[in-house]
Amino acid sequence: MKNRKRYLQFVFAGMLVFLLTLTGCSSTDTSTDGDETTDEATDSTNDASSGKTTLAEVKERGYIVVGGNNQLPGFGYVNSDGDYEGFDVDFAKVLGAAIFDDPEAIEIRPLSAQERFTALQTGEVDVLIRNTTWTVERDVELGTNFAPTTFYDGQGIMVRKDTGITSLEELAGARIGVETGTTTEANLADQFRKLGIEYEQVLFDDSDSLVEAYESGSIDAWTTDKSGLVSRQSTLSEPDAHVILEQTLSKEPLGPTVRHGDDQWFDIVKWATYATMEAEELGINSTNVDEFIDSSDPVIRRFMGNEGELGEMLGLENDFAVQIIKHVGNYEEIYNRNLGPDTVFKLERGLNSLYTDGGILYSPPFR
Amino acid sequence: MMHTEITPTKSKVLPPEQKQTIFGWTKKNLFNSWFNIILTFVSLFIIFIVLKGTLTWVVTNADWEVIRANYRLFMVGQFSEEEIWRVWSALLYLTLLFGLSAGIWKGTIRQLSFLLTAIYVIHLALPFLSGHTKIWLLSNIVTLFASYVIGLKLPKGKMIGIGGWLFSIIVILFFLQGFGILPSVQTSMWNGLLLTVILSAVAIVGSFPIGILLALGRTSKLPIIKYFCIAYIEFIRGIPLITVFFSMQILIPLFLPEGFTVANIIRVMIGATLFTAAYMAENVRGGLQSIPKGQFEAAKTIGLSSIQSTFLIILPQALRAVIPAIVGQSISMFKDTSLVAIVGLVDLLGIAQTVKSNPAFLGHHMEVYLFVALVYWVIAYAMSYSSRRLEETLGVGKR
Repeated sequence: MKNRKRYLQFVFAGMLVFLLTLTGCSSTDTSTDGDETTDEATDSTNDASSGKTTLAEVKERGYIVVGGNNQLPGFGYVNSDGDYEGFDVDFAKVLGAAIFDDPEAIEIRPLSAQERFTALQTGEVDVLIRNTTWTVERDVELGTNFAPTTFYDGQGIMVRKDTGITSLEELAGARIGVETGTTTEANLADQFRKLGIEYEQVLFDDSDSLVEAYESGSIDAWTTDKSGLVSRQSTLSEPDAHVILEQTLSKEPLGPTVRHGDDQWFDIVKWATYATMEAEELGINSTNVDEFIDSSDPVIRRFMGNEGELGEMLGLENDFAVQIIKHVGNYEEIYNRNLGPDTVFKLERGLNSLYTDGGILYSPPFR
Repeated sequence: MMHTEITPTKSKVLPPEQKQTIFGWTKKNLFNSWFNIILTFVSLFIIFIVLKGTLTWVVTNADWEVIRANYRLFMVGQFSEEEIWRVWSALLYLTLLFGLSAGIWKGTIRQLSFLLTAIYVIHLALPFLSGHTKIWLLSNIVTLFASYVIGLKLPKGKMIGIGGWLFSIIVILFFLQGFGILPSVQTSMWNGLLLTVILSAVAIVGSFPIGILLALGRTSKLPIIKYFCIAYIEFIRGIPLITVFFSMQILIPLFLPEGFTVANIIRVMIGATLFTAAYMAENVRGGLQSIPKGQFEAAKTIGLSSIQSTFLIILPQALRAVIPAIVGQSISMFKDTSLVAIVGLVDLLGIAQTVKSNPAFLGHHMEVYLFVALVYWVIAYAMSYSSRRLEETLGVGKR
């Protein structure tokens, strides 16, 4: 008996050591990850002999690996032919067009919400375009850089029209459905605590069961990002019997993300994204882009790469903006193709309009 | 249910065989007392409500267009159209093996081949599949029958059959991956049922030898081997599979040197294999312990070394005794592969989740999930059915 006990102790001690190593490694990784990756990456940018820049790596590989979402209607999904489609996917194609003159030179790697930042940090993906909200914590702690926001979202609440509810205050005592483990859950609690209203929170594991419960009437209202509310409204049995409240519960700026340390790559992602907005502002789209090639307007000439060397500064061809517009289109085309009036979502541009149309999309000058 | 064991009382007067009509049976079993009559009607009512609701939904409300339009996605995912012949060739190889084995061994494998034929014929009848697909299906059916006939007459058939199965994983991976000879298809394109089947096949086949070694190690007399095996088995059995997948997906890349990446599909395969091996080991150990001591002694008496006695006498008996447990483990592994959908791999369940996110089919998740459940059920049931047949053939529990 005594012998056996000693052996058991030995086994447990062994397991404990193993577990400690595991947790030890993982905890140091999360706490210092930002710094580590920064150092390594900066080193590799400076020292061309040992490491390569992300751009060089991507060019050698022949395609960009993009961390994406394959389960978000309108933003990222696989169509019946097996091809990725969606708003986020189009911005991945923008990068493909800018670097390779080929929008298909991308590989979308579907990532879950939990593993997305690890995949970015470890270099498994070159860029993350997966409806990721820009926050201080993510920007600083997780060692990532956020390229310009491509979609300004915000959390909203849907209720039945016949209840006559038009504001959050009237929702006192209501049963509100929300998905567990999301920021929406925390936002909901924050907002109602601020207003000092009592409500009953009903938690769901996934959006399907949430919508089902709402339709069957077991909850009075449900909340998620407004784009999500709109996309789901069209699938309800009577879409017109429901209304999304005007008030927005949170700010959700979504955009491409790269890891710290490779400023050239960050610049490429940044300016490729801005190019779509600048093109819309200049009135250039995929159908009329050729007419602008001979334009005498210096702003357009610089943007198209006929003058100056903006592309070369980034490490790309000078006409990278032309390739983006030719292959994928300007921001308006991308938006309308995936979320606009011809789709089931019929999502208003709202904040996502150009600053000239009352929105907040504003590209810095291309010069 | 009425087949009670005949007790060895040597009674010569057997009870008269009762001839029962359906009416008589219902009267005896469902309407024999007031309580049972009420129970019968209540049950019938509940069954009626459930069936009516389900059937009404399936026939009238459900829109099966989502399955029709995405059928290819469900089966092979994003495997590109030009390279799809490779998946078909791999399947054709499997069909050939099934046919040959059905001819050589008959029995269970023949039943499975019938099932395979049935699945092919059903698909042939599906109106929405392309002509291209139907040619492949037809050639599969023809191959199955031809190889069955060949298998019946093949000399040294068993050797060829076993060899074929041993090589099958390599042949299939060759067709799918290319090994540099055929153009490579990125593993991120291996989706849908294809991924589910590959993943579970690798996990089940790979875990089998590891599991046997672990089980033998655990019963070994050498302390280092013994306690290593115990530690491994108990550690793995103490953590959930999803944790293994998460650490494979998130931790492993952090440990690997920079610029060195292992495809996530490989990482998941390794995780699933190592996980299943621990459970397989415990199953095999159960079998080892069921072997009476006399067998060891008898083996020793006829002069077999301990390795010989283990592999020739003990293991064959031990494995036969635990077939149900091993098949049960395989079925549960097959279903557990759906967990990879959570870590970003697109297996059958994963493809279901992306299909239901297609704006063209929003709100049709019920149809999608029902279809996926049906596919899982057909395969899991085929596995459990063949296990039962195998037990009967081998006479487990009877001799």
